[in-house]
Amino acid sequence: MSIRIQEADFDLAAELAELRAGDPRIGALTSFVGFVRDINDGNSVSEMMLEHYPGMCEKALAEIVSAAKARWEIVGVRVIHRVGRLQPGDQVVLVAVTSAHRGAAFAACEFIMDYLKTRAPFWKRETTPNGAHWVDARESDDSAATRWTPDGHRQ
Amino acid sequence: MSVRILYFAGLREAFGCPGENLDLPAAVSNVGALRALLVAQGRDLLASAKNLRCAVNQEMAAADTPVADGDEVAFFPPVTGG
Repeated sequence: MSIRIQEADFDLAAELAELRAGDPRIGALTSFVGFVRDINDGNSVSEMMLEHYPGMCEKALAEIVSAAKARWEIVGVRVIHRVGRLQPGDQVVLVAVTSAHRGAAFAACEFIMDYLKTRAPFWKRETTPNGAHWVDARESDDSAATRWTPDGHRQ
Repeated sequence: MSVRILYFAGLREAFGCPGENLDLPAAVSNVGALRALLVAQGRDLLASAKNLRCAVNQEMAAADTPVADGDEVAFFPPVTGG
């Protein structure tokens, strides 16, 4: 498993190629990439600042990936989350999962993303024409994370 | 007993500092008591913040989670990454 928190952008194709390189067990690779949107809750966003809790963030992500590995037979996982100042259209997060068959890769990728949204200590502050403000957590994110059962099914 | 307090996001911004070192009276032995002490010292936002979260030594904590000498205790709003 590879977990990185960084200010720099990432090369999506290169990251995915590296994740599956040299492992013929892999029959499936799924990836999710999140971007900064230019509109949030009706306001135009000119900049997004991402803050994190160094140390706890890496630990929380490692625990989430371990939980995914306990539920599904997956081969490799790569998580990259950017911090610092980002602009609309920028890549924010990558979650990529490899497995022998597609079912595990699809499910684990979504599971990791759902838990990242509610368990990993990152915070967004967006700048709009009305000024800068911290983004409120969404209840829909909490319900997305709690729909997963311990044996790897969605409720 | 001394602990390291950390603040993130809106709390860090409102308090104008990323954290503080605090000597705790013996009576303060868990997160809830520590939070009350900080509020009494003027950190009002720790009382009024909606859905305030806390971590002790980088693990999510509750009001009854023990706090011991040398611990790192962080307060922050619900997370919004991804």
